[in-house]
Amino acid sequence: MASHSVSTSAKVNLWGGGVEPMKASYGKLMMWFFLLSDTFTFSALLITYGLIRFSNPAYTGEIKDFVFSQEYWPIPDMVFNGIPFFHGVHLPLVFVGIMTFILIMSSVTMVLAVEAGHRMDRNDVQKWMLWTILGGIAFLLCQAWEWTHLISGTEAGSLVNGKIFHGANLVQNEYGPPAFADLFFFITGFHGTHVLSGVILNIIIFYNVAVGVYDRTGHYEMVEKVGLYWHFVDLVWVFVFTFFYLI
Amino acid sequence: MGNTHAAQPGELPKANTKAIWRTFWILLGVTALEFLIAFTSHNKMFRISTFLILTLVKAFFIVAEFMHLKHEVKALILSVLIPVLFIVWLVIALMVEGDSILVVR
Repeated sequence: MASHSVSTSAKVNLWGGGVEPMKASYGKLMMWFFLLSDTFTFSALLITYGLIRFSNPAYTGEIKDFVFSQEYWPIPDMVFNGIPFFHGVHLPLVFVGIMTFILIMSSVTMVLAVEAGHRMDRNDVQKWMLWTILGGIAFLLCQAWEWTHLISGTEAGSLVNGKIFHGANLVQNEYGPPAFADLFFFITGFHGTHVLSGVILNIIIFYNVAVGVYDRTGHYEMVEKVGLYWHFVDLVWVFVFTFFYLI
Repeated sequence: MGNTHAAQPGELPKANTKAIWRTFWILLGVTALEFLIAFTSHNKMFRISTFLILTLVKAFFIVAEFMHLKHEVKALILSVLIPVLFIVWLVIALMVEGDSILVVR
């Protein structure tokens, strides 16, 4: 009689439908696959940086004798060495260190918001989301300063096409080959756009948390999804930091 | 009944953030180590290889702990990680290409 009843024994067909083989919701899975595709985009950009850097001569002399020139790829320590209020002081990596710390910190506050969401603690989610948003805004402001610093250039400048040129744009670049500035603006700009859209998404979710949308739906999964995106932005920065500033 | 650890109705369970802060300290420590090497070592090969390894260490902790991938089912972990192999191929292919462009120029 019950020959066609559904078997409830141990052998469940995982991919036969009716169960979640990944044990994750549709939205979360799609966020993962979107991030995977974004990984390819950022990898292509960073690998292009590597390719163009490898196809340009490297500086071979002593570091203390280094000057900016169109002939070779610049040493990052010499380019990114300023911090606000300390004009003209050589402080390599300090400012980008602050930026890295801000982004890691905002990743931590994001994961704390996700954890609070698991406990359905609206006040905690609200608090940590707000810190994450502030961290994102602080990072964007730092990046604006960094760009301004690079665009306006040093007082001495360097010789570009027979003339002294200060700073960098997409065509001319006092620090080295024009491709160096092009790649810097393009890659950090693309990352900054991701941070900006992450901040906007966080603000939307923060608003929803504040008005109690997720208390009504009964779960805080949206916080987890924007959390995934936010951590990805942090992850990309880890790579940008290594390839642009360290190596 | 009163001695159970489960939250009472209307009372929120306690935060469990130990693993999160542990990951934070690891990330901060690795970044500090990178700075130390950036300021002290001038050996180019050593610098580049250490920076790459430490970057991958940081990436592992962000993806595994913050993005929670370590605690997902195996099928999800593999479907995210296997496509990344294409990137490894692209890195090798284009670095070799860049080198030979320099030689040809």
